[in-house]
Amino acid sequence: MKILVCISKTPDTTAKIAFAEGNTKFDENGVQWIINPYDEWYALVKAIELKERDASVTIHLVTVGGADTEPIIRKALALGGDEAFRVNNTSNDSMVVAQEIAAIAKQGAYDLILTGKETIDYNSASIGAMLSALLDQNFISAAVKLDLNGKIAIVTREIEGGEETCETNLPVIISCQKGMAEQRIPNMRGIMAARTKPLNVLEASISAQNTTIKSFELPPAKTGVKLVDPTNMDELVRLLKEEAKVI
Amino acid sequence: MVLIYIDNADQEIKNASHEAICYGAALAKQLGTSAEALILGNVNEDLASLGKYGASKIHQVKNSALTHFDSKQFATVISEAAKVLGASVLVFAHNVNGKAVAPAVAVKLGAGIVTGACALPKTDNDFVVTKTVFSGKAFASIQINTAIKIITINQNSFGVLMQDANALVENLEINVPVSNLKITSVDKIKGEIPLTEATLVVSGGRGLKGPENWGILLDLAKALGASTACSRPVSDSDWRPHHEHVGQTGLQIAPNLYIAIGISGAIQHLAGVNRSKTIVVINKDPEAPFFKAADYGVVGDAFEVVPELTAAILKSKGGA
Repeated sequence: MKILVCISKTPDTTAKIAFAEGNTKFDENGVQWIINPYDEWYALVKAIELKERDASVTIHLVTVGGADTEPIIRKALALGGDEAFRVNNTSNDSMVVAQEIAAIAKQGAYDLILTGKETIDYNSASIGAMLSALLDQNFISAAVKLDLNGKIAIVTREIEGGEETCETNLPVIISCQKGMAEQRIPNMRGIMAARTKPLNVLEASISAQNTTIKSFELPPAKTGVKLVDPTNMDELVRLLKEEAKVI
Repeated sequence: MVLIYIDNADQEIKNASHEAICYGAALAKQLGTSAEALILGNVNEDLASLGKYGASKIHQVKNSALTHFDSKQFATVISEAAKVLGASVLVFAHNVNGKAVAPAVAVKLGAGIVTGACALPKTDNDFVVTKTVFSGKAFASIQINTAIKIITINQNSFGVLMQDANALVENLEINVPVSNLKITSVDKIKGEIPLTEATLVVSGGRGLKGPENWGILLDLAKALGASTACSRPVSDSDWRPHHEHVGQTGLQIAPNLYIAIGISGAIQHLAGVNRSKTIVVINKDPEAPFFKAADYGVVGDAFEVVPELTAAILKSKGGA
């Protein structure tokens, strides 16, 4: 059983969001980088849980990005990946990223490809579905639970206003969210072992961009909260009705 | 032609798809072309009436193999339909199924895609779509460089406009591949509006001290006709069900009104609600960070303020 986990580098959830170079680039000054939480807490840890139940499982990691992504790949290896691939392509077009991952996936013939449901920076939520089309494999999105029964995956996913469970034959691509697994912290043995695990660097092979980011913008600052006297809720109702016009 | 995909989960067309049609119709008008919609499978609704959202035609692929959403199967059918119909722009709702299928369609059509758009694109010289990024903390303007363009539109970001019109409903014959997914169970929360579709939301945090105190929040929600939500610590402690958790790792919602009771407003919580049109924060701690993101604030004890607010709402409804 071979599992490929797609890993992305994102700013920490508490990072200050600001832009540089005339609002055309994310301002990386002072930003702490983390593994995208959906990729780490849910996709990677789920793969580790499957390996703990079945020692024949091999976990490969793939990330598409520059050399600055290597610390987060080492962390993912410390958590429990066996081998990692970094494709040296800094494009932020999802299609380019998906094509690079698909090339790795074709080489590896994986039974299971896990991604986070989206990254917390560009929020594209696109890689899993794109891989499905590029590899002609089934895709199940926004999964909250996964079990394997031989060559069958039993997956519970979010639907509008509830959940549904389905079964499908491997190979399958699954995007993961809360419920799949619980966050873990790498231990010292894992950190030491990660230093010698293979991290293969491949050159970028895709360059054509379907989309180009022109600029970023911060939302207009809130004009400031209007405080209402706690003993005068009639006034709050009036404001919601007449000023905000939401009720 | 602008082609809008109608998501008909469980034979029901949700508000997110009505909004997608309205968005597609406005975009078609801007581009001087027609807005047509595509629906897969059978549906217990009068499709012609979808004309009121601005679609001139509804193309329906009727096929007994299309009983349940399957990303791979649906992506194949939608892509073929887009080719047959000659669509130049495809619009999807940025809901669970839209997110699961639109990027696959983009691959099949060689189309550039922007997911999570929050406004109509600028189409004067090129085609630039604005979307929310960094979990609603910023916007990015993204140019699509390909001939065919795909957009998924954030829920409750464009609005629903209705007119007096009917659409022409036409059958579309497309080869449908078999689905390799077997659905074994569907578990829907009965009698509630899904949070992502709700326009009014009342949400509680640790400040309410325990699940036994949720009565005041439920009373307020009932008086307003609102859905209920909660913060992560509340769902993690099992005070409320997990499907009510809004925030970075829970649901991201954008209602017209979000009332936060006893929620301090950690940045991860804000990431799930910062696209709400109006935010009311009720908290006894005047230093709670949520006040900085709020439109209206009440510094006070929730156990006193919330019942007062419920009474004021009932009074205003009774008097109207």
